[in-house]
Amino acid sequence: MALLQIAEPGQSAAPHQHRLAVGIDLGTTNSLVAAVRSGVANTLPDNKSHHSLPSVVRYTESNVEVGVDAELNSAKDPQNTIVSVKRFMGRSLSDIQSGSQDLPYQFETSENGLPLFVTKQGKVNPIQVSAEILKPLISRAEKTLGGELEGVVITVPAYFDDAQRQGTKDAAGLLGVKVLRLLNEPTAAAIAYGLDSGQEGVIAIYDLGGGTFDISILRLHKGVFEVLATGGDSALGGDDFDHLLHHYLSSEWQLNELSATLSRQLLIEARRVKEALTSDEQVIATLNLDDGTQLSHTVTKTTFETLISALVKKTVNSCRRALRDAGIKADEVLETVMVGGSTRVPLVRELVENFFAKKPLTTIDPDRVVAIGAAIQADILVGNKPDSDLLLLDVLPLSLGIETMGGLVEKIVSRNTTIPVAKAQEFTTFKDGQTAMAFHVVQGERELVDDCRSLARFTLKGIPPLAAGAAHIRVTFQVDADGLLSVTAMEKSTGVQSSIQVKPSFGLTDEEIGAMLKDSMANAKEDITRRMLAEQKVEAARVLETLSAALQKDANLLTKDEQNLIEQSMAALAQISSQDDADAIEKAIEAVDASTQDFAAKRMDNSIKLALKGQSVDSI
Amino acid sequence: MNYFELFSFTPAYHIDTALLAERYRELQRAVHPDKFANASEQDKRIAVQRAAQVNDGFSTLKNPILRAEHMLSLKGVDLSHESTTVKDTQFLMQQIEWREELEDITDSNDPDACISELHDSFSLYAKQIEDNLSYLLADLSEDGLLQAADLIRKLKFMAKLQVELERIEDALFD
Repeated sequence: MALLQIAEPGQSAAPHQHRLAVGIDLGTTNSLVAAVRSGVANTLPDNKSHHSLPSVVRYTESNVEVGVDAELNSAKDPQNTIVSVKRFMGRSLSDIQSGSQDLPYQFETSENGLPLFVTKQGKVNPIQVSAEILKPLISRAEKTLGGELEGVVITVPAYFDDAQRQGTKDAAGLLGVKVLRLLNEPTAAAIAYGLDSGQEGVIAIYDLGGGTFDISILRLHKGVFEVLATGGDSALGGDDFDHLLHHYLSSEWQLNELSATLSRQLLIEARRVKEALTSDEQVIATLNLDDGTQLSHTVTKTTFETLISALVKKTVNSCRRALRDAGIKADEVLETVMVGGSTRVPLVRELVENFFAKKPLTTIDPDRVVAIGAAIQADILVGNKPDSDLLLLDVLPLSLGIETMGGLVEKIVSRNTTIPVAKAQEFTTFKDGQTAMAFHVVQGERELVDDCRSLARFTLKGIPPLAAGAAHIRVTFQVDADGLLSVTAMEKSTGVQSSIQVKPSFGLTDEEIGAMLKDSMANAKEDITRRMLAEQKVEAARVLETLSAALQKDANLLTKDEQNLIEQSMAALAQISSQDDADAIEKAIEAVDASTQDFAAKRMDNSIKLALKGQSVDSI
Repeated sequence: MNYFELFSFTPAYHIDTALLAERYRELQRAVHPDKFANASEQDKRIAVQRAAQVNDGFSTLKNPILRAEHMLSLKGVDLSHESTTVKDTQFLMQQIEWREELEDITDSNDPDACISELHDSFSLYAKQIEDNLSYLLADLSEDGLLQAADLIRKLKFMAKLQVELERIEDALFD
């Protein structure tokens, strides 16, 4: 899937050729896909003119229903109809069951602690369910845009931790779709607004969705979107308002034991009441019991607001904290932007308006703004706007640390650090001849490991056997622009690169993804081989293309001999990539990489110098 | 890595932070991984590493304590991984006193007033240390290095107090 047309090596595709890429807002309750067409970013409707796809997946014996169909059957078949799957992403089963909500699903746990929904089509994990939601959005985009997508930008709540982000990326991976970037939802909204208004200054994005809440404070400056601080709660959203109403109504009606079907019906009714209360002062809630009796109860706006006020106040406290972390006072905020369907609730608007003391912006549909921002970013990342000024500097939402003696956490990277970030820490052995070391990586702000989120455990192997305390292992934690963590380690005295096996606490290993990918394909083996080959060819073309451009521009950084060596390895790669051996191509790419490592670093450092050249002259 | 060099500054305790921010954005425009979305895997890897360096440099130079620490580390005095503590008894007594006052905030009649009072005392005290540090760093002698190191350690203590105060302030709101 998602392959680009391969140009002859060294010869790039026509520069004006429009590459297809979309932005996807994978929401708790609704998902959308958007694209930039003729310079305008907009969401893409399905063939019935619906822009939003309900994030609901129903597993029946014969097929998988997604969206409106699944939603319609939700009350009839709650066990097999998964709603709000985003809340399960990167979570353990016990996390989920400790929540206040009654869940109608039948669960099991995978070896890695992933919750598995037991459905009519067998066991499925949240990543697979999310992939089902992405599937119709991608095919909608490919049909509308008339071609295969080269990549997608998927949005995630800014407050998503590493496991939740990785899960989202893996969901796209299961479909063989290239993720250009995971983009934080508030940042996406800022792009959608910022590019329209061309404003400069500090803005606050308040994003209350179906299941998540984010507050981000950004500084806009000549196309640079610098996130100063972010805060939130990845388990707080409009869903919780529904559940509070659900709880309130069932106690008013003295319904002690609700069947799964009735409970789902009541939840759907609760949502209707909530939505109606955005414009009405009171709404009559009804529920038809199995014996034919109809219950009804009048819910006033005041009652509803009393129910949800504690939650809304919690979000305002997060705003206060985020401002403080950003070092910004409320009156320095130029604009506040409201994102997410739950910001339609009047009490939410009122409290946010009071806190920032200004009327929030709502000119772009709060349901669509995130997807639109993602589409703009996707269009740039895929290469359609090489001269764009846009640059996003985002932050790590939650601190990263490792477990030390006594179940305590030692922080390695603190929250609100701009990403990408790399921090190194040194460790030593405590036994003679020790060759391995175990690590536990956690994310969160608390001091005890048990109060933080377990991300992964990994074992360092291949430490040279030395006396206790003699080996110095330098472990580097790197977080990329997607907010994803990777770990590398090296023993300093010998320079031995230790191998690391990372086992995600609540995610999938690379092998599992590979296996699922295989399962999901009809003619598994052949398809995978063909795809691997096509991917390697694309990468080979990419390497050759960028290298020839680099040589043309920066050959002066090389000696004649160095240049000859590089050109030889390029010729070898060009020759091998015209044949059909994926492994050989991969090896040839590695050879080119090895021969150009110094050149690539030199070029990057050169561009750093150039970046400040004009600057230094100005400042003298 | 010399971050002053990376940002084209002469090492100094006082720097133009607006200019620093400006250069930071220019550097990120040159190295941010998003600018390499269509480049080879190798270029992407290097971009992530360089962007991380630029970020670390920015956060180091932006923060006065880290900036001073960086100046010392360029002179061969590394404070970032040490566990040496301050030996100034008067300073330590003052710390203990403030710690006690922090603990009393929650039970006081007017916590907001306590917080704001402590905040002012902390700022004033830290300011004095900073002034001394600034004076020392302007012309670093061998002897001055050690004194400066001591002042930086004291500033770190002050920063911890400030964090603690903010934590208490947060708890009052929740």
